[in-house]
Amino acid sequence: MTAAARTVQNLGRVSALLPAAPSAGFRTLFYKEVLRFWKVSFQTVAAPVLTGVLYLLVFGHVLEDHVEAFPGVSYVAFLIPGLVMMSVLQNAFANSSSSLIQSKVTGNLVFVLLAPLSHAEFFAAYAIASIVRGIVVGLGVLAVTVWFAPQTVLDVRAPIWIVIFLLLGAALLGVLGLIAGIVSDKFDELAAFQNFIVMPATFLSGVFYSVHGLPSFWQTVSHFNPFFYMIDGFRYGFFAQSDVSPWVSLAVVSAALLLVTAIALGMLARGYKIRH
Amino acid sequence: MLAAIEASAVVKRYGSRVTALDGVSLRIEQGEFFGLLGPNGAGKTSLISIIAGLVRADSGRVTVLGHDVRTDYRAARRALGVVPQELVFDPFFSVRETLRIQSGYFGIRANDDWIDEVMANLDLTSKADSNMRSLSGGMKRRVLVAQALVHRPPLIVLDEPTAGVDVELRQTLWQFIRRLNRAGHTIVLTTHYLEEAQELCERIAMLKGGRLIALDATRALLARVADLRLALRSKSPLPAAVAHNVIERDGDHVVLRLANVAEVEQTLAAIRAADVVVEELEVGHADLEDVFLQLMAGREAGLTEAA
Repeated sequence: MTAAARTVQNLGRVSALLPAAPSAGFRTLFYKEVLRFWKVSFQTVAAPVLTGVLYLLVFGHVLEDHVEAFPGVSYVAFLIPGLVMMSVLQNAFANSSSSLIQSKVTGNLVFVLLAPLSHAEFFAAYAIASIVRGIVVGLGVLAVTVWFAPQTVLDVRAPIWIVIFLLLGAALLGVLGLIAGIVSDKFDELAAFQNFIVMPATFLSGVFYSVHGLPSFWQTVSHFNPFFYMIDGFRYGFFAQSDVSPWVSLAVVSAALLLVTAIALGMLARGYKIRH
Repeated sequence: MLAAIEASAVVKRYGSRVTALDGVSLRIEQGEFFGLLGPNGAGKTSLISIIAGLVRADSGRVTVLGHDVRTDYRAARRALGVVPQELVFDPFFSVRETLRIQSGYFGIRANDDWIDEVMANLDLTSKADSNMRSLSGGMKRRVLVAQALVHRPPLIVLDEPTAGVDVELRQTLWQFIRRLNRAGHTIVLTTHYLEEAQELCERIAMLKGGRLIALDATRALLARVADLRLALRSKSPLPAAVAHNVIERDGDHVVLRLANVAEVEQTLAAIRAADVVVEELEVGHADLEDVFLQLMAGREAGLTEAA
């Protein structure tokens, strides 16, 4: 073997040994997704925080004496974790879905599709950026609303449940947003997802009331809504009181997350509507 | 040597009606400047999209430097720099951010030296910190080219890069692309400007209706129509003896297709004998446009099979 041929062969060996660095591309896509919402944080963070405060002011004031929530918990204090979780869920969904639909409609998704990213990396980057946006907005809403009932809310009973449901809820809606973004071809199709699935499901989940106060038919209906378990489990972390056991909520939310993750990964692996 | 791109029997259908690619096979060698031509809807963009992994073929196989674009997509995509046809951009970022992010997608973190060099070569340096939204169409096009080059791909695919681009940018762009080609990069180009293809490309493939109808060296393609064009302007009709050579007529402007100089002389003699007054006269060679039109009209039966 000539020296040149040996060199070529060695070079081949060296390049085969070099790490394929699968995570660097993922890190960049994740960073880009976070940067994207952070650059317009007035709209993506400040606005939903203000919405949360408005809900608290209006509903908290109007319903203070009418709604019976948990014993020993004022209605305003009861409302705060619900509003935090609602903001987390809506914003996690908004992040992945609007980013994806914008990239699809304007065509700049091509830059991601040309890159050597696996479908799992694509999935993880969008999902985790959505979790970040959900949590940032959720913490914002909490920071502003907590002053309306500091003693009850800050007396956190089971913080681990707060963290668990924050992460699972944001992940579930982030992945759901990813699916909505993949399936939708136009903005109004995405708006339909948002208005006919996400909004009703959040409003009918017990953000504003305890489902125990509902007629039994609507109580039953609520138990088919995964959003109910996210909010109920999250609230348990604050008050150690809930409509159902947090373990039940954990099981339901985890199962829902696994299901939507499997659907989203399956779509991405097949290139459904993205690499057609 | 390993082919830069090898496509075998690639088929792509959209629904049951539209066949975008109907069994296309071709091999592009490393270091080539290769042109992919064809009318709208011929399948050029479909083929490029399959090579780039943006679209999946229904059947057939494509490799980039030996890497299958489906099973070994990471290596295949690292080897490819694609300039998309549409003028797409991400309105959230500046030019430099766009290029840094694109580098990151390819796993390259500290890439500013190369990004600066690419921007300098494309006259983008002064716009480095401008938001993408504020750029003119031509500038956006340059950023698209820069984005395709951030990871220094050995293969560069340009899909209609000069559509709607001014003359100055075209010149800058081609100088740069030629330099990249001389430095060893393989260039694959689709264009509507046949003059550009004729001037730049060493080999050309022509697609029509999703099929490859010609694949040859540019010179060889031109040699197929090695005849001459006699263009003239005359108020009176041409004598019947020469009328059968007319291939184009526009008012009093007429173009005749002739095999050689002797035929030109005979034609002129016949016109003079008929007392027809010629006001303007021009003799020229056939160009790629003639080849293209002939092939697209299906007048030429002898197709060159893919190597």
